Amino acid sequence: MQRTNQKGARTAFLCAAALLLIVLLIENLSVFLPAASVPKIFQSTSMLFTVLKKGVVYSLVAVSMNLLNGFAGLFSLGQAGFMLLGAYTYAILTIPVASRDTVYYIYNGSAINFSLPEIFGGGPVGLVLGVLLALILAGCVAALVAWLIGLPVLRLKGDYLAIATLGFGEIIRAVLQWDKLGPVTNGANALKSFPTFSSFNVQNDAGQVSLRLSCFVPFLLSGVCIAIIVMLINSTYGRAFKAIRDDEVAAEAMGINLARHKRMAFCISSFFAGFGGGMFAMYANQAQARTFTTAMTYEILLIVVIGGIGSVSGSCIASFLYVAASEWWLRFLDTETVLKSGFKVPLLRNGFRMVVFSVVIMIVVLFFRKGLMGDKELPDLFRRRRKEGAAK
Amino acid sequence: MSENVLKVENVTMQFGGVVAVDNLNLEVNKGEIVALIGPNGAGKTTAFNVITGVYQPTNGAVWFQGEKIVENHPQGKMKAMYKGEHAGEYSQVIAPTPDKVTRLGMARTFQNIRLWKSQTVFENVLIAKHCRTASNVFSATFRLNHKEEAAQRANVEELLETVGLSDVRDELATSLPYGKQRRLEIARALAAEPKLLLLDEPAAGMNPQETDELTAFIGEIRKRFGLTIFLIEHHMNLVMDISERIYVLDFGKLIAQGTPAEIQNNKRVIDAYLGVSEDA
Repeated sequence: MQRTNQKGARTAFLCAAALLLIVLLIENLSVFLPAASVPKIFQSTSMLFTVLKKGVVYSLVAVSMNLLNGFAGLFSLGQAGFMLLGAYTYAILTIPVASRDTVYYIYNGSAINFSLPEIFGGGPVGLVLGVLLALILAGCVAALVAWLIGLPVLRLKGDYLAIATLGFGEIIRAVLQWDKLGPVTNGANALKSFPTFSSFNVQNDAGQVSLRLSCFVPFLLSGVCIAIIVMLINSTYGRAFKAIRDDEVAAEAMGINLARHKRMAFCISSFFAGFGGGMFAMYANQAQARTFTTAMTYEILLIVVIGGIGSVSGSCIASFLYVAASEWWLRFLDTETVLKSGFKVPLLRNGFRMVVFSVVIMIVVLFFRKGLMGDKELPDLFRRRRKEGAAK
Repeated sequence: MSENVLKVENVTMQFGGVVAVDNLNLEVNKGEIVALIGPNGAGKTTAFNVITGVYQPTNGAVWFQGEKIVENHPQGKMKAMYKGEHAGEYSQVIAPTPDKVTRLGMARTFQNIRLWKSQTVFENVLIAKHCRTASNVFSATFRLNHKEEAAQRANVEELLETVGLSDVRDELATSLPYGKQRRLEIARALAAEPKLLLLDEPAAGMNPQETDELTAFIGEIRKRFGLTIFLIEHHMNLVMDISERIYVLDFGKLIAQGTPAEIQNNKRVIDAYLGVSEDA
């Protein structure tokens, strides 16, 4: 048993490493090879990379939501609120001091006049350490707020918990847009100029990119976070979460402290949502409270449901599919097209994409009642096939 | 004199105007098997729930291994409504949550089986070990506790072997036949390393053969784990076979206590619960 666990862990690690390597490779095709020989899809302006970046950020947030909804059985809809906290914490801590006056021009400069990457001495080392610390602090702020909110809210169950956390997300959004907090949060205006994923691209002396890392970095960060979540789920605490989800009364009778474990799940999930929020700010090049609406929570909930409640790999797969479909593959539906013969394709106009997208989602939900993966993980599928093969 | 494991002292449980358990006093000594019997609605399960911390009694106290673990007195509206005895004798409020009671060393099973449905047999038992883990969430996540984890797994493996469930260890708990689910529930309670095992109708819904097997099984685990067992049961064969002492509840009140032979010949118990066979 233990030996197979170890073997499984090693295989998973190798697969993750291979995935990271592939990402690094496709990202750098256009750097290493002459521009003309690279297919359009792999060029740096391609939609592919936007989708990969957003997809991987959403993966982390979806997995963090799945930890709460799918594994601990707490139906919470506060994810966008925690992401918002994370995004703002990250942005406020990393905007370079020199840019603060332009970003906070309405409030005549920022109340906080330091920037983590600069504290660590700037340059590549400062960038890596500063961004990492800022992201971790972003998670900590979200977890701390989650702990405070959890005190009253986690006494609620089911739908009531969902409504309470939903309300909390809206409150956070309103508070951060409050004018009086302007010198810190820049009011309703966007925070920008902080390090983004593109800041990690290595440039040569001529200012040209010699090694592209803007996709590799989010994959690495998300990968590590998701690995930690998976390890948590497979630990004794993860098993306790599942017990609470399956039968609260039995869990309590078997010595699992409900309040403590629910609070723990809530805080850990919020930590990673905050971390993911910081990464979302990096992806979007700006952080603005307006973007973190309830609709964003629903997007993530949709990803969790499509992927399968209680399946980490399902959430990851679904977030890439979701992002790719909504941002990329269905784009053409939004533009009016006239064929060469002069035939104007009907229905294609701005907004039609969302109609088709909704239909696609309905079809997926109809045919995959329990989501794409159910509560299975990717390796389970291979294992079953091997077992069937052995049976034959 | 034998050591007192569980002592229920003047416990009254009143829901609104209904007195479910009325001034209950009972003792369970170390190593004993004690049964609580009575007709439906007599308050047996309520008594269990008070002992394990699911309900807070209206008045009275519960002692476990010489330590007072539960105590309460009528408060608020209940002060005026209280119909029981011994009012005013208790002034403290001690209300542990069920998980705390379990960690003190008291594990229970349920009248209607409550296994964790999505988990395998092995995992069901392993999860019950969680309350005995010393590691915190960080050391557990980063596998710094692998020695403890390995020890727990070995322990669970051994436990499954003892209760005869190791051949179905990787099956889903709910896919087991009924009798084995009952057995698994007991195994799960044992994994929490209790001193006192509370069984709420362990033979409910079992046929005579399964009941006989269960009777033997309960005797076996008592010897093996040095347990004290307190059980609620309707199968008189099982009760009379294995219990050393019996308490009889009727309408929340204790109407008799004694050895199986004494209970079988007690007039009040026969009237209230046991009845007489037709040809007698």
